[in-house]
Amino acid sequence: MAKRRNTRPDALAQGLGWFSIGIGLVEMLAPHALARGLNLRGNERLLASYGVREVATGIGILASRDPEPWIWGRVAGDALDIGTLATGLDGHDDRREGAGIALAAVLGVTVLDVLCASSLRARRRARAVPPDYSRRSGLPRPPEAMRGAARDFEVPADMRTPEPLRPWVPAA
Amino acid sequence: MRALCWHGKQDIRCDTVPDPKIEHPRDAIIKVTACAICGSDLHLYDGFMPGMESGDIMGHEFMGVVEEVGPENTVLKKGDRIVVPFTIICGECDQCRRGNFSVCERSNRNKSLADKVFGHATAGLFGYTHLTGGYAGGQAEYVRVPFADKTHVKIPDGVTDEQVLFLGDIFPTGWQAAVQCDIQPTDTVAIWGCGPVGQFAIRSAVLLGAKQVIAIDTVPERLAMARAGGATTIDFMAESVVERLNELTGGKGPEKCIDAVGMEAHATATLDSLYDRAKQAVMLETDRPHVLREMMYVCRPAGTLSIPGVYGGLLDKVPFGMAMNKGLTFRMGQTHVNRWTDDLLRRIQQGQIDPSFVITHTVGLEQGPEMYKTFRDKKDNCIKVVLKP
Ligand SMILES: NC(=O)c1ccc[n+]([C@@H]2O[C@H](COP(=O)([O-])OP(=O)(O)OC[C@H]3O[C@@H](n4cnc5c(N)ncnc54)[C@H](O)[C@@H]3O)[C@@H](O)[C@H]2O)c1
Ligand SMILES: [Zn+2]
Ligand SMILES: [Zn+2]
Repeated sequence: MAKRRNTRPDALAQGLGWFSIGIGLVEMLAPHALARGLNLRGNERLLASYGVREVATGIGILASRDPEPWIWGRVAGDALDIGTLATGLDGHDDRREGAGIALAAVLGVTVLDVLCASSLRARRRARAVPPDYSRRSGLPRPPEAMRGAARDFEVPADMRTPEPLRPWVPAA
Repeated sequence: MRALCWHGKQDIRCDTVPDPKIEHPRDAIIKVTACAICGSDLHLYDGFMPGMESGDIMGHEFMGVVEEVGPENTVLKKGDRIVVPFTIICGECDQCRRGNFSVCERSNRNKSLADKVFGHATAGLFGYTHLTGGYAGGQAEYVRVPFADKTHVKIPDGVTDEQVLFLGDIFPTGWQAAVQCDIQPTDTVAIWGCGPVGQFAIRSAVLLGAKQVIAIDTVPERLAMARAGGATTIDFMAESVVERLNELTGGKGPEKCIDAVGMEAHATATLDSLYDRAKQAVMLETDRPHVLREMMYVCRPAGTLSIPGVYGGLLDKVPFGMAMNKGLTFRMGQTHVNRWTDDLLRRIQQGQIDPSFVITHTVGLEQGPEMYKTFRDKKDNCIKVVLKP
Protein backbone atom coordinates (compact mmCIF):
# COMPACT_ATOMS: atom_id res chain seq x y z
CA MET A 1 0.00 0.00 0.00
CA ALA A 2 1.35 3.42 -0.90
CA LYS A 3 2.59 5.40 2.07
CA ARG A 4 0.97 8.77 2.48
CA ARG A 5 1.25 11.52 5.00
CA ASN A 6 -1.53 11.04 7.51
CA THR A 7 -3.41 14.28 7.48
CA ARG A 8 -7.15 14.47 8.09
CA PRO A 9 -8.42 14.16 4.52
CA ASP A 10 -6.00 11.26 4.04
CA ALA A 11 -7.37 9.48 7.11
CA LEU A 12 -10.93 10.06 5.93
CA ALA A 13 -10.04 8.78 2.46
CA GLN A 14 -8.55 5.67 3.99
CA GLY A 15 -11.71 5.05 6.02
CA LEU A 16 -13.81 5.46 2.90
CA GLY A 17 -11.55 3.04 1.07
CA TRP A 18 -12.11 0.29 3.62
CA PHE A 19 -15.82 1.11 3.70
CA SER A 20 -15.98 0.69 -0.09
CA ILE A 21 -14.35 -2.72 0.14
CA GLY A 22 -16.67 -3.84 2.94
CA ILE A 23 -19.88 -2.77 1.22
CA GLY A 24 -18.60 -4.10 -2.09
CA LEU A 25 -17.93 -7.55 -0.63
CA VAL A 26 -21.47 -7.74 0.79
CA GLU A 27 -22.95 -6.75 -2.59
CA MET A 28 -20.79 -9.27 -4.42
CA LEU A 29 -21.26 -12.18 -2.03
CA ALA A 30 -24.87 -11.74 -0.92
CA PRO A 31 -26.77 -9.93 -3.70
CA HIS A 32 -29.90 -12.00 -3.15
CA ALA A 33 -30.34 -11.24 0.55
CA LEU A 34 -29.53 -7.63 -0.12
CA ALA A 35 -32.02 -7.32 -2.97
CA ARG A 36 -34.70 -8.72 -0.70
CA GLY A 37 -33.92 -6.28 2.10
CA LEU A 38 -33.84 -3.28 -0.20
CA ASN A 39 -36.97 -4.11 -2.16
CA LEU A 40 -34.85 -4.50 -5.30
CA ARG A 41 -35.67 -8.07 -6.30
CA GLY A 42 -34.70 -8.79 -9.88
CA ASN A 43 -31.70 -6.46 -9.59
CA GLU A 44 -29.30 -9.01 -8.07
CA ARG A 45 -26.83 -8.86 -10.94
CA LEU A 46 -26.84 -5.08 -10.88
CA LEU A 47 -26.08 -5.15 -7.15
CA ALA A 48 -23.26 -7.63 -7.66
CA SER A 49 -21.75 -5.40 -10.35
CA TYR A 50 -21.99 -2.43 -7.96
CA GLY A 51 -20.05 -4.61 -5.54
CA VAL A 52 -17.24 -5.05 -8.04
CA ARG A 53 -17.19 -1.29 -8.57
CA GLU A 54 -17.03 -0.63 -4.82
CA VAL A 55 -14.19 -3.08 -4.23
CA ALA A 56 -12.18 -1.70 -7.15
CA THR A 57 -12.66 1.86 -5.94
CA GLY A 58 -11.70 0.86 -2.40
CA ILE A 59 -8.48 -0.73 -3.58
CA GLY A 60 -7.78 2.31 -5.74
CA ILE A 61 -8.17 4.63 -2.76
CA LEU A 62 -5.95 2.58 -0.48
CA ALA A 63 -3.25 1.70 -2.97
CA SER A 64 -2.73 4.91 -4.93
CA ARG A 65 -0.48 7.80 -3.99
CA ASP A 66 -3.23 10.26 -4.71
CA PRO A 67 -6.69 9.10 -3.64
CA GLU A 68 -8.47 12.18 -4.95
CA PRO A 69 -9.68 10.82 -8.34
CA TRP A 70 -10.85 7.61 -6.67
CA ILE A 71 -12.88 9.54 -4.12
CA TRP A 72 -14.53 11.51 -6.92
CA GLY A 73 -15.24 8.07 -8.40
CA ARG A 74 -17.02 7.20 -5.17
CA VAL A 75 -19.14 10.35 -5.47
CA ALA A 76 -20.24 9.24 -8.96
CA GLY A 77 -20.97 5.76 -7.57
CA ASP A 78 -23.06 7.29 -4.81
CA ALA A 79 -25.26 8.92 -7.45
CA LEU A 80 -25.83 5.54 -9.09
CA ASP A 81 -26.64 3.97 -5.71
CA ILE A 82 -29.14 6.72 -4.89
CA GLY A 83 -30.84 6.30 -8.26
CA THR A 84 -31.10 2.55 -7.82
CA LEU A 85 -32.29 2.72 -4.21
CA ALA A 86 -34.94 5.28 -5.15
CA THR A 87 -36.63 2.68 -7.34
CA GLY A 88 -36.98 0.54 -4.17
CA LEU A 89 -39.20 3.24 -2.68
CA ASP A 90 -41.92 2.48 -5.22
CA GLY A 91 -44.97 0.32 -4.52
CA HIS A 92 -46.63 -0.69 -1.29
CA ASP A 93 -44.33 -3.43 -0.21
CA ASP A 94 -43.50 -3.22 3.48
CA ARG A 95 -39.85 -3.59 2.46
CA ARG A 96 -39.96 0.03 1.33
CA GLU A 97 -38.77 0.87 4.79
CA GLY A 98 -35.48 -1.00 4.21
CA ALA A 99 -34.84 0.97 1.05
CA GLY A 100 -35.59 4.22 2.86
CA ILE A 101 -33.07 3.52 5.62
CA ALA A 102 -30.44 2.48 3.08
CA LEU A 103 -31.08 5.63 1.08
CA ALA A 104 -30.58 7.81 4.17
CA ALA A 105 -27.31 5.99 4.91
CA VAL A 106 -26.04 6.43 1.33
CA LEU A 107 -26.91 10.13 1.45
CA GLY A 108 -24.86 10.42 4.66
CA VAL A 109 -21.86 8.68 3.09
CA THR A 110 -22.22 10.85 -0.01
CA VAL A 111 -21.77 13.94 2.15
CA LEU A 112 -18.55 12.44 3.53
CA ASP A 113 -17.33 11.54 0.04
CA VAL A 114 -17.90 15.04 -1.30
CA LEU A 115 -16.25 16.58 1.78
CA CYS A 116 -13.22 14.34 1.45
CA ALA A 117 -12.82 14.85 -2.30
CA SER A 118 -13.13 18.59 -2.09
CA SER A 119 -10.67 18.93 0.78
CA LEU A 120 -8.18 16.81 -1.18
CA ARG A 121 -8.72 19.08 -4.15
CA ALA A 122 -8.29 22.21 -2.03
CA ARG A 123 -5.03 20.85 -0.67
CA ARG A 124 -3.75 20.02 -4.14
CA ARG A 125 -4.57 23.53 -5.35
CA ALA A 126 -2.93 25.11 -2.32
CA ARG A 127 0.24 23.15 -3.06
CA ALA A 128 0.23 24.22 -6.68
CA VAL A 129 0.55 27.92 -5.79
CA PRO A 130 4.29 28.67 -5.80
CA PRO A 131 5.58 30.21 -2.61
CA ASP A 132 6.78 33.75 -2.94
CA TYR A 133 10.58 33.95 -2.89
CA SER A 134 10.61 37.50 -4.14
CA ARG A 135 11.59 38.86 -0.74
CA ARG A 136 14.35 36.34 -0.05
CA SER A 137 17.23 38.62 -0.83
CA GLY A 138 19.46 37.69 2.12
CA LEU A 139 20.56 41.33 2.15
CA PRO A 140 19.67 43.83 4.88
CA ARG A 141 18.76 46.56 2.41
CA PRO A 142 17.54 46.52 -1.22
CA PRO A 143 20.19 45.15 -3.60
CA GLU A 144 20.59 48.58 -5.16
CA ALA A 145 21.63 49.97 -1.78
CA MET A 146 23.98 47.03 -1.17
CA ARG A 147 25.79 47.31 -4.50
CA GLY A 148 29.49 47.56 -3.74
CA ALA A 149 29.03 47.10 0.02
CA ALA A 150 31.96 44.66 -0.07
CA ARG A 151 34.30 46.87 -2.11
CA ASP A 152 36.53 46.89 0.97
CA PHE A 153 37.44 43.36 -0.11
CA GLU A 154 40.80 43.08 -1.77
CA VAL A 155 40.93 40.59 -4.63
CA PRO A 156 44.03 38.43 -4.08
CA ALA A 157 46.85 38.95 -6.56
CA ASP A 158 46.43 35.54 -8.19
CA MET A 159 42.82 36.30 -9.08
CA ARG A 160 43.24 39.80 -10.44
CA THR A 161 42.66 40.56 -14.08
CA PRO A 162 45.97 41.31 -15.81
CA GLU A 163 46.41 45.05 -16.41
CA PRO A 164 46.01 44.95 -20.24
CA LEU A 165 42.66 43.16 -19.90
CA ARG A 166 41.18 45.71 -17.50
CA PRO A 167 38.61 48.14 -18.80
CA TRP A 168 40.03 51.42 -19.89
CA VAL A 169 38.52 54.21 -17.85
CA PRO A 170 39.22 57.68 -19.16
CA ALA A 171 40.76 59.99 -16.58
CA ALA A 172 38.17 62.37 -15.20
CA MET B 1 24.78 5.91 13.92
CA ARG B 2 22.52 6.78 11.02
CA ALA B 3 23.91 8.14 7.76
CA LEU B 4 22.85 8.66 4.15
CA CYS B 5 24.70 6.10 2.06
CA TRP B 6 25.18 5.80 -1.69
CA HIS B 7 24.20 2.44 -3.12
CA GLY B 8 24.14 3.20 -6.82
CA LYS B 9 22.58 5.52 -9.29
CA GLN B 10 19.60 7.28 -7.68
CA ASP B 11 19.80 4.98 -4.72
CA ILE B 12 20.57 6.78 -1.47
CA ARG B 13 19.49 5.14 1.77
CA CYS B 14 19.41 6.13 5.39
CA ASP B 15 21.47 3.26 6.86
CA THR B 16 22.73 2.36 10.28
CA VAL B 17 26.53 2.24 10.12
CA PRO B 18 29.39 1.99 12.65
CA ASP B 19 30.30 5.23 14.46
CA PRO B 20 33.49 6.90 13.25
CA LYS B 21 36.63 6.67 15.38
CA ILE B 22 39.75 8.79 15.71
CA GLU B 23 42.26 7.31 13.24
CA HIS B 24 45.00 9.90 13.32
CA PRO B 25 46.25 12.16 16.14
CA ARG B 26 45.14 15.32 14.27
CA ASP B 27 41.55 14.07 13.79
CA ALA B 28 38.38 15.16 15.49
CA ILE B 29 34.97 13.55 15.67
CA ILE B 30 32.06 15.91 15.45
CA LYS B 31 28.41 15.44 16.23
CA VAL B 32 26.57 16.91 13.27
CA THR B 33 23.91 19.51 14.11
CA ALA B 34 23.05 20.49 10.54
CA CYS B 35 24.03 19.38 7.05
CA ALA B 36 22.82 20.07 3.54
CA ILE B 37 22.38 18.52 0.11
CA CYS B 38 24.47 20.21 -2.59
CA GLY B 39 24.22 20.33 -6.38
CA SER B 40 27.54 18.46 -6.36
CA ASP B 41 25.86 15.58 -4.52
CA LEU B 42 23.46 15.34 -7.44
CA HIS B 43 26.33 14.45 -9.79
CA LEU B 44 26.96 11.40 -7.56
CA TYR B 45 23.25 10.70 -7.19
CA ASP B 46 22.81 10.72 -10.96
CA GLY B 47 25.90 8.58 -11.45
CA PHE B 48 27.91 11.11 -13.47
CA MET B 49 31.01 11.11 -11.23
CA PRO B 50 33.16 8.00 -11.31
CA GLY B 51 34.71 6.55 -8.18
CA MET B 52 31.83 5.90 -5.78
CA GLU B 53 31.44 2.59 -3.98
CA SER B 54 28.29 1.10 -2.53
CA GLY B 55 27.89 2.08 1.11
CA ASP B 56 29.88 5.33 0.87
CA ILE B 57 28.52 7.99 3.23
CA MET B 58 27.36 11.10 1.36
CA GLY B 59 27.61 14.77 2.23
CA HIS B 60 30.19 17.53 2.29
CA GLU B 61 28.22 20.46 3.73
CA PHE B 62 27.96 20.06 7.47
CA MET B 63 28.63 21.57 10.85
CA GLY B 64 28.44 20.45 14.43
CA VAL B 65 29.97 20.21 17.84
CA VAL B 66 33.34 18.64 18.56
CA GLU B 67 32.82 15.37 20.40
CA GLU B 68 36.37 14.04 20.63
CA VAL B 69 39.84 15.16 19.50
CA GLY B 70 43.03 13.28 18.69
CA PRO B 71 46.08 13.75 20.95
CA GLU B 72 47.97 16.02 18.51
CA ASN B 73 45.02 18.30 17.93
CA THR B 74 45.63 21.21 20.27
CA VAL B 75 43.45 23.66 18.37
CA LEU B 76 40.04 22.12 18.99
CA LYS B 77 38.45 20.90 22.17
CA LYS B 78 35.28 19.01 23.03
CA GLY B 79 32.26 21.28 22.78
CA ASP B 80 33.67 23.65 20.14
CA ARG B 81 31.14 24.60 17.49
CA ILE B 82 32.58 24.32 13.97
CA VAL B 83 31.64 24.42 10.34
CA VAL B 84 33.65 21.94 8.30
CA PRO B 85 34.88 23.05 4.86
CA PHE B 86 34.28 20.42 2.17
CA THR B 87 37.96 20.56 1.16
CA ILE B 88 40.22 18.77 3.63
CA ILE B 89 43.44 20.72 4.19
CA CYS B 90 46.74 19.96 5.86
CA GLY B 91 47.58 23.66 6.14
CA GLU B 92 51.30 23.01 5.65
CA CYS B 93 51.95 21.89 2.08
CA ASP B 94 53.05 24.18 -0.72
CA GLN B 95 49.54 24.68 -2.05
CA CYS B 96 47.94 25.21 1.35
CA ARG B 97 50.54 27.87 2.13
CA ARG B 98 49.51 29.75 -1.01
CA GLY B 99 45.84 29.44 -0.09
CA ASN B 100 45.14 26.95 -2.86
CA PHE B 101 43.34 24.74 -0.39
CA SER B 102 41.27 22.70 -2.82
CA VAL B 103 44.48 21.29 -4.25
CA CYS B 104 46.14 20.49 -0.91
CA GLU B 105 48.94 18.06 -1.67
CA ARG B 106 48.57 15.90 1.39
CA SER B 107 44.91 15.42 2.27
CA ASN B 108 44.00 13.04 -0.55
CA ARG B 109 44.82 9.57 0.77
CA ASN B 110 44.16 7.99 -2.62
CA LYS B 111 46.87 10.10 -4.20
CA SER B 112 48.19 7.48 -6.63
CA LEU B 113 44.71 6.83 -8.04
CA ALA B 114 44.05 10.56 -8.40
CA ASP B 115 47.50 11.12 -9.92
CA LYS B 116 46.60 8.65 -12.64
CA VAL B 117 43.21 10.18 -13.38
CA PHE B 118 44.02 13.90 -13.00
CA GLY B 119 47.76 13.93 -13.67
CA HIS B 120 48.29 15.27 -10.17
CA ALA B 121 46.12 14.68 -7.14
CA THR B 122 43.81 17.30 -5.68
CA ALA B 123 42.67 17.72 -2.09
CA GLY B 124 40.69 15.17 -0.14
CA LEU B 125 36.98 15.94 -0.06
CA PHE B 126 34.26 14.66 2.25
CA GLY B 127 31.74 12.24 0.81
CA TYR B 128 32.95 12.72 -2.72
CA THR B 129 34.29 9.62 -4.47
CA HIS B 130 37.46 7.65 -3.95
CA LEU B 131 39.29 9.91 -6.39
CA THR B 132 39.28 12.54 -3.67
CA GLY B 133 40.19 10.28 -0.80
CA GLY B 134 37.03 8.29 -0.21
CA TYR B 135 36.38 10.07 3.09
CA ALA B 136 33.06 9.42 4.84
CA GLY B 137 30.71 12.36 4.39
CA GLY B 138 28.69 14.54 6.71
CA GLN B 139 25.09 13.56 6.01
CA ALA B 140 25.34 11.53 9.16
CA GLU B 141 25.07 11.83 12.92
CA TYR B 142 28.85 11.82 13.41
CA VAL B 143 31.82 12.49 11.15
CA ARG B 144 35.55 12.00 11.45
CA VAL B 145 37.31 15.17 10.35
CA PRO B 146 40.89 14.44 9.21
CA PHE B 147 43.46 17.23 9.71
CA ALA B 148 40.81 18.76 11.94
CA ASP B 149 43.25 21.20 13.51
CA LYS B 150 43.20 23.04 10.15
CA THR B 151 40.05 21.75 8.47
CA HIS B 152 37.46 23.78 10.33
CA VAL B 153 35.92 27.19 10.83
CA LYS B 154 35.28 28.06 14.47
CA ILE B 155 31.83 29.52 15.00
CA PRO B 156 31.22 32.00 17.78
CA ASP B 157 27.95 32.36 19.67
CA GLY B 158 25.34 34.74 18.38
CA VAL B 159 24.83 33.24 14.93
CA THR B 160 22.47 30.38 14.10
CA ASP B 161 23.41 27.12 12.37
CA GLU B 162 21.32 28.23 9.39
CA GLN B 163 23.31 31.46 9.06
CA VAL B 164 26.74 29.83 9.03
CA LEU B 165 26.23 26.29 7.68
CA PHE B 166 26.90 27.38 4.09
CA LEU B 167 30.33 28.74 5.01
CA GLY B 168 31.48 25.16 4.40
CA ASP B 169 30.76 25.30 0.68
CA ILE B 170 28.17 27.20 -1.32
CA PHE B 171 28.66 30.69 0.13
CA PRO B 172 32.45 30.70 -0.40
CA THR B 173 31.84 28.98 -3.74
CA GLY B 174 29.54 31.73 -4.99
CA TRP B 175 31.94 34.27 -3.50
CA GLN B 176 35.05 32.81 -5.13
CA ALA B 177 33.16 32.62 -8.42
CA ALA B 178 32.62 36.37 -8.21
CA VAL B 179 36.07 37.17 -6.79
CA GLN B 180 37.72 35.28 -9.67
CA CYS B 181 35.94 37.71 -11.98
CA ASP B 182 37.86 40.57 -10.37
CA ILE B 183 34.71 42.64 -10.75
CA GLN B 184 35.11 46.25 -11.88
CA PRO B 185 32.41 48.87 -11.27
CA THR B 186 31.75 48.93 -15.03
CA ASP B 187 31.26 45.17 -15.37
CA THR B 188 28.22 43.18 -16.35
CA VAL B 189 28.38 39.74 -14.73
CA ALA B 190 26.24 37.02 -16.30
CA ILE B 191 25.54 33.99 -14.13
CA TRP B 192 24.25 30.70 -15.57
CA GLY B 193 22.27 28.66 -13.02
CA CYS B 194 20.16 30.01 -10.16
CA GLY B 195 20.64 27.05 -7.86
CA PRO B 196 22.14 27.72 -4.43
CA VAL B 197 25.61 28.39 -5.89
CA GLY B 198 24.19 30.78 -8.47
CA GLN B 199 22.19 32.58 -5.75
CA PHE B 200 25.35 33.21 -3.73
CA ALA B 201 27.27 34.23 -6.83
CA ILE B 202 24.55 36.81 -7.57
CA ARG B 203 24.72 38.34 -4.07
CA SER B 204 28.52 38.26 -4.11
CA ALA B 205 28.65 40.03 -7.48
CA VAL B 206 26.28 42.71 -6.19
CA LEU B 207 28.26 43.18 -2.97
CA LEU B 208 31.51 43.34 -4.93
CA GLY B 209 30.01 46.15 -6.95
CA ALA B 210 29.14 44.84 -10.42
CA LYS B 211 27.28 47.41 -12.48
CA GLN B 212 24.79 44.82 -13.71
CA VAL B 213 24.13 41.20 -12.71
CA ILE B 214 22.21 38.96 -15.10
CA ALA B 215 21.06 35.50 -14.05
CA ILE B 216 19.96 32.65 -16.31
CA ASP B 217 17.77 29.67 -15.43
CA THR B 218 14.32 28.39 -16.25
CA VAL B 219 12.85 27.45 -12.88
CA PRO B 220 10.38 30.23 -11.94
CA GLU B 221 10.97 30.28 -8.18
CA ARG B 222 14.74 30.25 -8.67
CA LEU B 223 14.45 33.17 -11.06
CA ALA B 224 12.27 34.98 -8.50
CA MET B 225 14.93 34.45 -5.82
CA ALA B 226 17.58 35.69 -8.25
CA ARG B 227 15.64 38.90 -8.84
CA ALA B 228 15.25 39.31 -5.08
CA GLY B 229 19.05 39.34 -4.88
CA GLY B 230 19.36 42.08 -7.47
CA ALA B 231 19.70 40.20 -10.77
CA THR B 232 18.00 40.81 -14.08
CA THR B 233 16.81 37.37 -15.19
CA ILE B 234 16.66 35.41 -18.44
CA ASP B 235 14.54 32.27 -18.82
CA PHE B 236 16.61 30.07 -21.13
CA MET B 237 13.59 28.07 -22.25
CA ALA B 238 11.56 31.12 -23.18
CA GLU B 239 14.17 33.47 -24.66
CA SER B 240 17.43 33.35 -26.56
CA VAL B 241 20.16 33.71 -23.96
CA VAL B 242 22.72 35.06 -26.40
CA GLU B 243 20.35 37.64 -27.89
CA ARG B 244 19.17 38.85 -24.51
CA LEU B 245 22.70 39.12 -23.12
CA ASN B 246 23.81 41.14 -26.11
CA GLU B 247 20.77 43.35 -25.80
CA LEU B 248 21.47 44.02 -22.13
CA THR B 249 25.10 44.93 -22.83
CA GLY B 250 24.74 47.24 -25.79
CA GLY B 251 25.66 44.43 -28.18
CA LYS B 252 29.08 43.85 -26.61
CA GLY B 253 28.41 40.86 -24.34
CA PRO B 254 29.08 40.54 -20.61
CA GLU B 255 32.65 41.11 -19.42
CA LYS B 256 32.39 38.34 -16.85
CA CYS B 257 30.56 35.01 -17.13
CA ILE B 258 29.99 32.53 -14.31
CA ASP B 259 29.02 28.89 -14.89
CA ALA B 260 27.07 27.82 -11.79
CA VAL B 261 25.49 24.88 -13.59
CA GLY B 262 28.21 22.35 -14.35
CA MET B 263 28.13 19.07 -16.15
CA GLU B 264 24.40 18.42 -15.95
CA ALA B 265 23.27 21.40 -17.98
CA HIS B 266 19.72 20.89 -19.09
CA ALA B 267 19.02 20.17 -22.68
CA THR B 268 17.82 23.38 -24.18
CA ALA B 269 16.10 23.50 -27.50
CA THR B 270 19.49 23.88 -29.17
CA LEU B 271 21.20 21.39 -31.44
CA ASP B 272 24.31 21.05 -29.30
CA SER B 273 22.23 19.88 -26.31
CA LEU B 274 20.78 17.03 -28.33
CA TYR B 275 24.25 16.14 -29.51
CA ASP B 276 25.53 15.97 -25.92
CA ARG B 277 22.63 13.81 -24.80
CA ALA B 278 23.31 11.36 -27.59
CA LYS B 279 27.05 11.16 -27.00
CA GLN B 280 26.58 10.83 -23.27
CA ALA B 281 24.17 7.99 -23.81
CA VAL B 282 26.77 5.99 -25.71
CA MET B 283 29.53 7.02 -23.24
CA LEU B 284 31.59 9.01 -25.74
CA GLU B 285 31.30 12.06 -23.54
CA THR B 286 30.75 12.32 -19.82
CA ASP B 287 29.68 15.93 -19.35
CA ARG B 288 27.26 18.27 -21.05
CA PRO B 289 29.12 21.52 -21.72
CA HIS B 290 26.24 23.51 -23.17
CA VAL B 291 26.70 26.39 -20.73
CA LEU B 292 30.43 26.56 -21.36
CA ARG B 293 29.90 26.87 -25.09
CA GLU B 294 27.33 29.60 -24.57
CA MET B 295 29.67 31.54 -22.27
CA MET B 296 32.59 31.32 -24.68
CA TYR B 297 30.38 32.55 -27.47
CA VAL B 298 28.72 35.47 -25.75
CA CYS B 299 31.53 36.70 -23.50
CA ARG B 300 33.11 40.02 -24.46
CA PRO B 301 36.64 39.60 -25.88
CA ALA B 302 39.30 39.80 -23.16
CA GLY B 303 36.62 38.80 -20.67
CA THR B 304 36.74 36.21 -17.92
CA LEU B 305 34.93 32.91 -17.52
CA SER B 306 34.65 31.78 -13.93
CA ILE B 307 33.60 28.16 -13.54
CA PRO B 308 32.50 26.91 -10.13
CA GLY B 309 30.18 24.42 -11.87
CA VAL B 310 31.64 20.94 -11.53
CA TYR B 311 32.82 18.90 -14.51
CA GLY B 312 33.91 15.31 -14.15
CA GLY B 313 35.58 14.11 -17.27
CA LEU B 314 35.61 14.67 -21.00
CA LEU B 315 33.93 17.48 -22.85
CA ASP B 316 33.20 17.53 -26.52
CA LYS B 317 32.85 20.30 -29.12
CA VAL B 318 34.23 22.97 -26.86
CA PRO B 319 35.00 25.92 -29.15
CA PHE B 320 38.50 26.45 -27.91
CA GLY B 321 39.55 28.36 -30.99
CA MET B 322 36.91 30.94 -30.26
CA ALA B 323 38.07 31.27 -26.68
CA MET B 324 41.72 31.56 -27.69
CA ASN B 325 41.14 34.18 -30.34
CA LYS B 326 38.93 36.22 -28.04
CA GLY B 327 41.63 36.17 -25.40
CA LEU B 328 39.34 34.84 -22.69
CA THR B 329 40.61 34.08 -19.20
CA PHE B 330 39.40 30.88 -17.57
CA ARG B 331 39.33 30.51 -13.79
CA MET B 332 37.91 27.41 -12.21
CA GLY B 333 38.27 24.81 -9.53
CA GLN B 334 36.84 23.47 -6.35
CA THR B 335 36.60 26.27 -3.85
CA HIS B 336 39.53 27.21 -1.61
CA VAL B 337 36.99 27.42 1.20
CA ASN B 338 39.22 28.45 4.11
CA ARG B 339 40.70 31.26 2.09
CA TRP B 340 37.43 33.18 2.39
CA THR B 341 35.71 31.97 5.53
CA ASP B 342 37.12 34.43 8.10
CA ASP B 343 36.12 37.37 5.95
CA LEU B 344 32.69 35.92 5.12
CA LEU B 345 31.95 35.00 8.74
CA ARG B 346 32.68 38.61 9.65
CA ARG B 347 30.29 39.81 6.93
CA ILE B 348 27.56 37.52 8.29
CA GLN B 349 28.16 38.80 11.82
CA GLN B 350 28.04 42.39 10.59
CA GLY B 351 24.73 41.65 8.89
CA GLN B 352 25.95 42.36 5.38
CA ILE B 353 24.32 39.10 4.29
CA ASP B 354 22.22 36.37 5.89
CA PRO B 355 22.85 33.11 3.98
CA SER B 356 19.76 31.40 5.42
CA PHE B 357 17.65 33.09 2.73
CA VAL B 358 18.32 30.17 0.40
CA ILE B 359 16.89 27.42 2.66
CA THR B 360 13.51 26.20 1.46
CA HIS B 361 13.31 22.79 3.16
CA THR B 362 14.42 21.59 6.60
CA VAL B 363 13.86 17.91 7.40
CA GLY B 364 15.28 15.03 9.43
CA LEU B 365 18.06 12.77 8.15
CA GLU B 366 15.69 9.88 7.47
CA GLN B 367 13.85 12.04 4.93
CA GLY B 368 17.15 12.62 3.11
CA PRO B 369 16.66 10.02 0.36
CA GLU B 370 13.35 11.50 -0.79
CA MET B 371 14.79 15.02 -0.51
CA TYR B 372 17.55 14.13 -2.99
CA LYS B 373 14.81 13.48 -5.48
CA THR B 374 12.81 16.59 -4.60
CA PHE B 375 15.94 18.75 -4.95
CA ARG B 376 17.09 17.07 -8.14
CA ASP B 377 13.67 17.41 -9.80
CA LYS B 378 13.15 20.94 -8.40
CA LYS B 379 9.82 19.76 -7.01
CA ASP B 380 7.87 21.49 -4.29
CA ASN B 381 9.77 24.75 -5.07
CA CYS B 382 12.87 23.27 -3.54
CA ILE B 383 16.07 25.33 -3.70
CA LYS B 384 18.14 24.24 -0.71
CA VAL B 385 17.60 21.36 1.68
CA VAL B 386 18.96 21.34 5.23
CA LEU B 387 18.98 18.05 7.12
CA LYS B 388 18.99 17.88 10.90
CA PRO B 389 20.38 14.54 12.10
N1 LIG C 1 33.46 24.59 -7.37
C1 LIG C 1 32.98 24.18 -6.21
O1 LIG C 1 33.70 24.11 -5.25
C2 LIG C 1 31.53 23.85 -6.09
C3 LIG C 1 30.91 23.85 -4.84
C4 LIG C 1 29.54 23.60 -4.79
C5 LIG C 1 28.83 23.33 -5.95
N2 LIG C 1 29.47 23.31 -7.13
C6 LIG C 1 28.80 23.05 -8.40
O2 LIG C 1 28.03 24.18 -8.76
C7 LIG C 1 26.96 23.75 -9.61
C8 LIG C 1 25.66 24.30 -9.09
O3 LIG C 1 25.38 23.82 -7.80
P1 LIG C 1 23.94 24.05 -7.14
O4 LIG C 1 23.98 23.51 -5.78
O5 LIG C 1 23.54 25.46 -7.31
O6 LIG C 1 23.08 23.04 -8.07
P2 LIG C 1 21.62 23.04 -8.71
O7 LIG C 1 21.57 21.77 -9.46
O8 LIG C 1 20.61 23.31 -7.68
O9 LIG C 1 21.62 24.29 -9.71
C9 LIG C 1 21.87 24.21 -11.06
C10 LIG C 1 20.91 25.18 -11.76
O10 LIG C 1 21.29 25.30 -13.12
C11 LIG C 1 20.14 25.43 -13.90
N3 LIG C 1 20.45 25.10 -15.29
C12 LIG C 1 20.48 23.89 -15.89
N4 LIG C 1 20.79 24.00 -17.18
C13 LIG C 1 20.96 25.31 -17.43
C14 LIG C 1 21.27 26.05 -18.60
N5 LIG C 1 21.45 25.42 -19.78
N6 LIG C 1 21.38 27.42 -18.50
C15 LIG C 1 21.18 28.04 -17.32
N7 LIG C 1 20.87 27.38 -16.17
C16 LIG C 1 20.76 26.03 -16.23
C17 LIG C 1 19.16 24.48 -13.24
O11 LIG C 1 17.82 24.79 -13.57
C18 LIG C 1 19.47 24.70 -11.76
O12 LIG C 1 18.64 25.68 -11.18
C19 LIG C 1 27.02 22.23 -9.62
O13 LIG C 1 27.72 21.79 -10.77
C20 LIG C 1 27.83 21.91 -8.40
O14 LIG C 1 28.49 20.69 -8.50
C21 LIG C 1 30.82 23.58 -7.21
ZN1 LIG D 1 28.81 21.31 -2.33
ZN1 LIG E 1 47.91 21.01 2.21
